[in-house]
Amino acid sequence: MNVALPSVTLVRRIKASPAKVWAAITQADLMLQWWGPDAGPTLDVVADIRPGGRFCVVFRLMDGSEHNPTGVYQEVIPERKLAFTWDLPGAAEPISLVTFVLEPAEGGTVLTLTHKRLPDEAARTSHEQGWSGLLDKLPIFLGDRPCPP
Amino acid sequence: MDRTFWALADSTRRGVLQRLIDEPGLSVSDLAEGFSLKLPGMTKHLDVLSDAGLINRTKNGRTVAVTIKAAPMREAMAWLNQYEKFWTVSLDRLVAFVEAEDGQ
Repeated sequence: MNVALPSVTLVRRIKASPAKVWAAITQADLMLQWWGPDAGPTLDVVADIRPGGRFCVVFRLMDGSEHNPTGVYQEVIPERKLAFTWDLPGAAEPISLVTFVLEPAEGGTVLTLTHKRLPDEAARTSHEQGWSGLLDKLPIFLGDRPCPP
Repeated sequence: MDRTFWALADSTRRGVLQRLIDEPGLSVSDLAEGFSLKLPGMTKHLDVLSDAGLINRTKNGRTVAVTIKAAPMREAMAWLNQYEKFWTVSLDRLVAFVEAEDGQ
């Protein structure tokens, strides 16, 4: 049992430039095209790509259930690294961290995705620090849409 | 779930769980001896594991038998499986999307 904090790591070799991959993981209209664990639709994406910026996605699975992960961008290094917290409001599970790392390779890009559980304190701190920069935007979060523009 | 991972973040506690998988029902003093700890030190570790719902302690006369509980581990595995599936499919779609876009 070599388990500390559980994490998932996946690596993909992609025949496209880091710039293309970066666009696909950071531009809302492009994220809509691929996001989600089955053929169900992605309904809404907000990606405020800057440290402290808000991440919010709504997707519907084939079984009809809708899911709404939200988070705060922690690290934004164009065409190299994107990290954001991942929180599922209403779910029992605690905050986690998603990281995309892009490396140029012959013929394209190597993408490494990590999704890991954070120790509780670190999760809370990084999440709160991210949110604190957004206090001036707070009123827009009070709307009905899960991902306000 | 939080407490599970806090409990598992320590190598001694992970070692204790590993031993309990191999030898369920070990006593607290057996465990303490195996990890070169004094009884109070091992008891503290067991308290953390117990609070996380990872172990049961049963008193048998003067000794306390320790056994592992599976439910929180299943929860951890469920987390892993859920996100492994989520990202595997999402990334496959991402790769297909950007490669198709590049070909245009």
